[in-house]
Amino acid sequence: MNIIKKFSLGVLITLFLSFSANADKIKIGTEGAYPPWNSKDASGKLIGFEVELAWTLCRYIGQQCEIVEQDWDGMIPALIMRKFDAIMAGMSITAERQKAISFSQGYADEVASLAVMKGSDLEGMDTPAGINLTKPNAAAKKALKTLTTGLAGKTVCVQTATIHQNFLDSGDVGKVNVRTYKTQDEVNLDLASGRCDAALAAAVAFSDYAEKSGKPVVLVGPTFSGGAFGNGVGVGIRKDDTELLNAFNKAIDKARKNGDISRIATKWFGFDASM
Amino acid sequence: MDFELMINSFPKLINATFITLKLLIASLIFGLFIGLFFAILRLNKNLIINKFAYVYSYVFRGTPLLVQIFIIYFGLGQIEYLRSTALWIILKEPYWCAIIAFSLNTGAYTSEILRSAFQTIKPGMIEAGQSLGISSKIIFYKIQIPIAIRQSLPAYGNEIILMMKGTSLASTVTLMDLTGVAKYIISTTFKPIEVFIVAGGIYLFMTFIIHNVVKFLEKKYSY
Repeated sequence: MNIIKKFSLGVLITLFLSFSANADKIKIGTEGAYPPWNSKDASGKLIGFEVELAWTLCRYIGQQCEIVEQDWDGMIPALIMRKFDAIMAGMSITAERQKAISFSQGYADEVASLAVMKGSDLEGMDTPAGINLTKPNAAAKKALKTLTTGLAGKTVCVQTATIHQNFLDSGDVGKVNVRTYKTQDEVNLDLASGRCDAALAAAVAFSDYAEKSGKPVVLVGPTFSGGAFGNGVGVGIRKDDTELLNAFNKAIDKARKNGDISRIATKWFGFDASM
Repeated sequence: MDFELMINSFPKLINATFITLKLLIASLIFGLFIGLFFAILRLNKNLIINKFAYVYSYVFRGTPLLVQIFIIYFGLGQIEYLRSTALWIILKEPYWCAIIAFSLNTGAYTSEILRSAFQTIKPGMIEAGQSLGISSKIIFYKIQIPIAIRQSLPAYGNEIILMMKGTSLASTVTLMDLTGVAKYIISTTFKPIEVFIVAGGIYLFMTFIIHNVVKFLEKKYSY
């Protein structure tokens, strides 16, 4: 009995200490499954552009940080329920998400693209290299028409709750069979197996997969930006947490001025994706 | 609490419930045949046949349903040879992959439920049939099977409920079942509590119906 008492007291003290030690840490949520933005190495450690950037920003804020993992589809609810204080998970700033949470200024931006397996009949679509959907010009509208014809009746796979899913649901490219997956890994698997005729995600997500798996994944059609694809990637923060929002905005300013963001971006993306 | 969201999401979730029910009914029908087949094998005196049926139920009852559905959907999809065979027509569809996984899983449990039901039949009943000169085939169909079904009803009712909840894993292989649509609504509204309460309520209602139907059948066929 005495041992049990001592043991439970020990557990209680440890719990209390760990709580109080965590009290002033900023907790940052990330997915850890969207390379090169954020992912995990073989030992399970979180790595990637945003993980490294998060440590840098915390240094500028001058507060201790902790990076926690969270499934993508529960990211925003978890932030709102205070499981962590900030999201850095390749999350684009969109009007839809801004209804639920605030975003810092954007720290990086890169384009989305369709991908297919080599030999697909979607290869060689005649479109411009990139289109911006915020104010689509004639060429962009023509490209959307080409895509609508090309994708008619095709199955296009995306990760759930992403800008890519929003774009396909918006009807800009007509009616396609949208199939949604929990992670980008699963999208890649089913693209390679042939269950998906095409997939839509960040262009770097596909080139990263092609490089690591050796599978003949090729990008097709134009790259997308603006409109449903949002205005860059920022730090997601609870709406009532303006203090932390200001702190992150200032830290991003400093990191940009000192060239940290471009340096880290170039390291992980192979090009300067900072903004 | 966003009651408006709960009301608005209700019709969408009810629509998705039909997919859940389709998956459940198809899996239960296939699973019942698989279960009966393996239960009969388990009663066989041949050691190899017996062990084969035992290993099947051991493997499918000993591994999580989520792992099974992932192996069948993502695992088999990785085998290049398989993709060139006619089997791929079925395995390409998430719907059929889910039904295969669910059927094999519930089949394993059903085989155990039926086996134990067969074993509870008192030898006197079979001997009574034999002494009347009834062939063993007819004893099996007219005496053993009806008694076994009655004996297994409570346990099988439980299995139906477990399977009904198990179908929620279909959403992990892109199917838009009740859980899949609930997650989709959450992904655009970011309000998990409201939506999951409605979805949970629908699951609970289905359990209520299944429970009472099984209870009614138990009463009707009691002796």
